[in-house]
Amino acid sequence: MTETATHPTGAFAPPTRFAVPGRIEVDGLVAGTWQTATLAEIRRETPRASTFRLAVPGWAGHVPGQHLMLRLTAPDGYTAQRHYSLASAPDGSGHIELTLDHVRDGEVSGWFHEVARPGDRIEVRGPLSGFFAWPGDRPALLLGAGSGVVPLMSMVRHHRARGLTVPLRMLVSARGPEELIYARELGAETTPVFTRRAPAGTRAGRLGAEHLRPFLADPPAGGWEAYVCGSNSFAEHASRLLVAAGQPVERIRIERFG
Amino acid sequence: MNTTRGFTGRTRAARPGLPPGQYDAGDDWPVLSAEVTPEVAAADWTFRVGGLVAEPRTWDLAGARTLPASAYTGDIHCVTGWSKFGVRFGGVSLDAFLDAARPLPSATHAVAYSHTGYAANLPLADLTGGRAWIAWDYEGQPLSPEHGGPARLVVPHLYFWKSVKWVAGLELLDHDEPGFWEQNGYHARGNPWEEQRYSGD
Repeated sequence: MTETATHPTGAFAPPTRFAVPGRIEVDGLVAGTWQTATLAEIRRETPRASTFRLAVPGWAGHVPGQHLMLRLTAPDGYTAQRHYSLASAPDGSGHIELTLDHVRDGEVSGWFHEVARPGDRIEVRGPLSGFFAWPGDRPALLLGAGSGVVPLMSMVRHHRARGLTVPLRMLVSARGPEELIYARELGAETTPVFTRRAPAGTRAGRLGAEHLRPFLADPPAGGWEAYVCGSNSFAEHASRLLVAAGQPVERIRIERFG
Repeated sequence: MNTTRGFTGRTRAARPGLPPGQYDAGDDWPVLSAEVTPEVAAADWTFRVGGLVAEPRTWDLAGARTLPASAYTGDIHCVTGWSKFGVRFGGVSLDAFLDAARPLPSATHAVAYSHTGYAANLPLADLTGGRAWIAWDYEGQPLSPEHGGPARLVVPHLYFWKSVKWVAGLELLDHDEPGFWEQNGYHARGNPWEEQRYSGD
């Protein structure tokens, strides 16, 4: 994987301040090919979210933060497609994991939560998009809410699995401890923020400037690359906090649900 | 066909306006910008048409509003899978801006760019003939910042990542040059009816 050039030599460069450049090149052939994935395991994470482990023998590997496209097909040929972030770190096992919220009336998440069982086959294509990817090179400050933690967890897992020493910190917002996805797996790198119900001794409230200050007052050498993932309202709120705390806008990457 | 066991899909009526692989977002209008929403005041917004034109021109919002008003009423389609039916964008046809700047015969493509630096490439033919707008109203109200206000490009017959938010200009070129998502693996043209989502589709 190579860094995406900010601009190819001689290309037109907008006179405006440059947007956030992509991180990695994406293999168009890999991204364009549908593959069969077999559901290997289902693990409950919270009352509303479960992890679905898929065997994809031809999986080309991914970079933490990337997503895939998934397709379900009805007997009459009707298909439903959705984009989902990869939760697992790249590990060469031929398996990948997705963590899906059970969306009310969700056509695809409803099938996963109510119908799916090990052995079922679906179709996937990917990995896709090099924009939200984190190859593990730069210090990373991760801000997620709800299932927005999913692509960030791929980064945390990658950081651990490779024993990386580059700084990585995660702030994750959930309504209460029971809704914190991957709670058992989170370690010293993570600061949970509970918006409605907090454990005894801590205060419930929204992510605020006070949560970011410790990280942005004393950034690591080279500064943070910030990754924000969640609903649009969370993304707007968190990205404004980052800008107010001094994080450069061209080093804030945002993935919004939708 | 690889049928998924137990999957029937949401009860659905035939929806002729829905391109392949898309679903109806209903009343939702998801926001999908990858960058921080910029604070561009209406008084600071400008739109430039440059590159291969006889007369490069720049408009501010007041100047753009003196051009003949034009609205798009119809559907929009996002590459992430949602489509939204019967929306109304008000503004000015892009033809009015191009007519003033007068594209040179050598101009075949354009890069539309944002006040954030985001960019998307388009064939000039997709931007002319009443198929593209500079829009500042949505359903009769000023376009909100997270949806691209003060003003955005609207090219509704292509996937909506081409409809650059906080649009700052259009650079006319004699070749195609990938924009932001096009450099990140997305299709060069993005026609939803041919499901041109990613490079190679």
